[in-house]
Amino acid sequence: MSEIVIENLSRRRFLQGGAGLTLGFCLPAIAATTLPAAGPGKAGEGLAAAVNFEPNAFLRIGTDNSVTVISKHLEMGQGTYTGLATILAEELDADWQQVRVEGAPADAKRYNNLFWGPAQGTGGSTAMANSWEQMRKAGAAGRAMLVAAAAKRWQVSAADIVVRDGVLSHSASGRKASFGQLAEAAAQESVPAEVQLKDPKDFRLIGKQAKRKDSSAKTNGTAKFTQDVFLPGMLVAVVAHPPQFGAKVKSFDASRAKAVKGVVEVVQIPTGVAVLARDTWSARKGRDALSVVWDDSAAFKLGSAEILARYKEMAKKPGLVAKQTGDAAQAFAGAAKVISAAYDFPYLAHAAMEPMNCVVKLAADGCEVWNGEQLHTGDQYGLAHVLGLQPEQVKINMLYSGGSFGRRACKDSDYVIEAAQIAKAIGGKAPVKLVWLREDDMRGGYYRPLFHHALEAAVDGSGKLTGWRHRLVGQSIVIGSPFEKMLVKDGIDGVSVEGAANLPYAIPNLTVDLHTPTDIGVPVLWWRSVGSSHTAYSTETFFDEVAAATGKDPVALRLEMLANHPRHAGVLKLAADKAGWGQPLKAKAGERRGRGVAVHESFNSYVAHVAEVTVKKDGSVKVDRIVSAVDCGTAINPDNIRSQVEGGIGFALSSLYEEITLKDGRVEQGNFDGFPLLRIGDMPKVEVHIVPSSAAPTGIGEPGVPPLAPAVANAIAAATGKRLRKLPFNTAELVA
Amino acid sequence: MIQLNVNGKAVKADVEPDTPLLWVLRDTLQLTGTKYGCGQALCGACTVHLDGAPVRACMTPVSSVIGRKITTIEAVDSGKVGKAVQAAWRKLDVVQCGYCQSGQIMSAVALLSHNRKPSDADIDSAMSGNLCRCATYVRIRAAIHEAAKALA
Repeated sequence: MSEIVIENLSRRRFLQGGAGLTLGFCLPAIAATTLPAAGPGKAGEGLAAAVNFEPNAFLRIGTDNSVTVISKHLEMGQGTYTGLATILAEELDADWQQVRVEGAPADAKRYNNLFWGPAQGTGGSTAMANSWEQMRKAGAAGRAMLVAAAAKRWQVSAADIVVRDGVLSHSASGRKASFGQLAEAAAQESVPAEVQLKDPKDFRLIGKQAKRKDSSAKTNGTAKFTQDVFLPGMLVAVVAHPPQFGAKVKSFDASRAKAVKGVVEVVQIPTGVAVLARDTWSARKGRDALSVVWDDSAAFKLGSAEILARYKEMAKKPGLVAKQTGDAAQAFAGAAKVISAAYDFPYLAHAAMEPMNCVVKLAADGCEVWNGEQLHTGDQYGLAHVLGLQPEQVKINMLYSGGSFGRRACKDSDYVIEAAQIAKAIGGKAPVKLVWLREDDMRGGYYRPLFHHALEAAVDGSGKLTGWRHRLVGQSIVIGSPFEKMLVKDGIDGVSVEGAANLPYAIPNLTVDLHTPTDIGVPVLWWRSVGSSHTAYSTETFFDEVAAATGKDPVALRLEMLANHPRHAGVLKLAADKAGWGQPLKAKAGERRGRGVAVHESFNSYVAHVAEVTVKKDGSVKVDRIVSAVDCGTAINPDNIRSQVEGGIGFALSSLYEEITLKDGRVEQGNFDGFPLLRIGDMPKVEVHIVPSSAAPTGIGEPGVPPLAPAVANAIAAATGKRLRKLPFNTAELVA
Repeated sequence: MIQLNVNGKAVKADVEPDTPLLWVLRDTLQLTGTKYGCGQALCGACTVHLDGAPVRACMTPVSSVIGRKITTIEAVDSGKVGKAVQAAWRKLDVVQCGYCQSGQIMSAVALLSHNRKPSDADIDSAMSGNLCRCATYVRIRAAIHEAAKALA
């Protein structure tokens, strides 16, 4: 591994400005000196091929008056195509109707995530935050060049030209021209060294209602996902994977598989045996007809119950200290009351609606990939490594992704490399579409890690919360990955303790420590909201227990201890207000109702949810209503923020009943019968309120998730007096 | 060779009779708007209409639909209900990742075709077989009401 630093071409510096923090991202040594060579677009570069105006890598204006925004980030549902285009179109003063969006190819020199150093990819709710200045400047540069071209053509002062909705006009002379009419001339202008950005009060798109750019294609069946790629001569591959992580093929008999009509080839690859056929159904029948003997000598064979038992044992001893404030030992020694609780969180599958898949076409001089691409640079390097290529020889086409929730940003490029291995195993004689069936996807690992938490709170004689101890046990996602250097400090994986180590409450004595077991062979990965998917639950339900134990109102106690965190307090107050916190809830005979609250910051965005629940006699829980307040800085597209929070609520609600379990190392769930997702009848009414803000925008793809489960659990406790400390919920505990 | 009626056209497919309709539509006829999600009729991403009624194409052998009228997302706008549903979906920006939405729309069109004023309970019942991992359910409900209003 070696660290590489991207070179700073002058145009790059201009486009990137001072945006964001830059962190080191480590890539395999093969690539250290050979980042893709493609440079940023030059003004006028597009002229030779087509008459286009390309002032930079993010914008292309055609003489047909089309404005194409190039998105460096994956559209996986979170609205990033629309968001990035909104920012650029705002500064360009384009008409929203003329704007379309195209996915960028893998090319880290032009399209790196500015928060990830020299790597291109989408994750951590960073798309808007890292692109904010970059896209504004890209739009403003295009606008300035169009204005300069018009000034020259009309022989007027640039200062007297007005741009609005894709039209430049000069009122004194009455002249007007569209972007398309000026595109060719603008391409001859030089790129400005500095650009003037708009005063936010003049925004016409940002903060308003810019309709999604992908709604039409996604409602008429034309949106293109990886699953929809067909190439001439392409074969579909379905793979027999080992039943346990770490098991290998010992031997296999392909004779019955090869007898299936449509099956063309059966090949062994490092991750199993692939059956290639003319179509998906034949490949699946062939796969099912295979007989494979597995070598389980290196397989991971523990079950979830044994893993959890091991974690509970580890939790008896101190781990590595992730955060220390004051002297927790002293606070506990002098406590009038100590409250303690332990929490268990299961492995969770991402279960995106589009199971993992990837199309790979090998050629003599490289390979071409079609994928719902979330980790461009990592996948480019991973593929280059297994194919013996240089990264720049790996061309990646980014398609829409049918969900991801983190799964397609696989630190090990697992399914992408599997597709390449199959193409390699057949000598590249045909393009290959690897199709994971739902069972392959659900049993394929890379889960949200299983975690155990133990918490203790010290309350002094006056009822004040004076000490807090939080111990976490769970696998690291990051150690051993290219993200290690960026996210691991002194042996502590920052994503294991995010949301816990930065607890916002003003508790004078606090210790957070972590055990990171390294002998668990279950692959783990970021799952929408990552560490906060479990830390928000333990911290926010435990804090509620402290409030109850000290006779304080949960909102009042939070506000009291959030004096130094105005943005947490802001969303909490707004949500409580809008929800009618403190007003009684009416319950029907035989039903118990309750209201609960939680607030959590993740990825620099702040969300509070108030949940209202009804618990029936049989223990079943109905979440009736969620009132949310969010602060994600400047609201680029308020409707998309609401949409993401609604979706995040549903995603988190679903997780209350989800669980991936292992028995003897085998994953017990395979499809939606064993891993039931939330259905429409269980979706509550949702109200989302956005805190007005002029701060720089932060993400909203993930932050709606973490506070939902604790808000519901706190509401259940309010209704029933029962604290649920194990996920998934066991509603038998709630039977009246 | 199997002869089918898809989106008002007679088409031929050289497939085994046990092949699910889903894969005939997608791999043979390249009508890719209908999606694969689970293969076990658990998620509804593959919903198409068979003589106007919603079915899960992933569990429907192609041999069982010979002579029946098959409609997919690609042709759902040939009827006014389909048009209204798609327009409502666009108006409310229902979609997120979009992968399940063809199936959602096919189920919604089937519902509105026989119930022009569905209640929330009617919607929840008719749409219960369609999973959306992005959980766009709030907007699906709202868009069905919106389409119903437009059709009234």
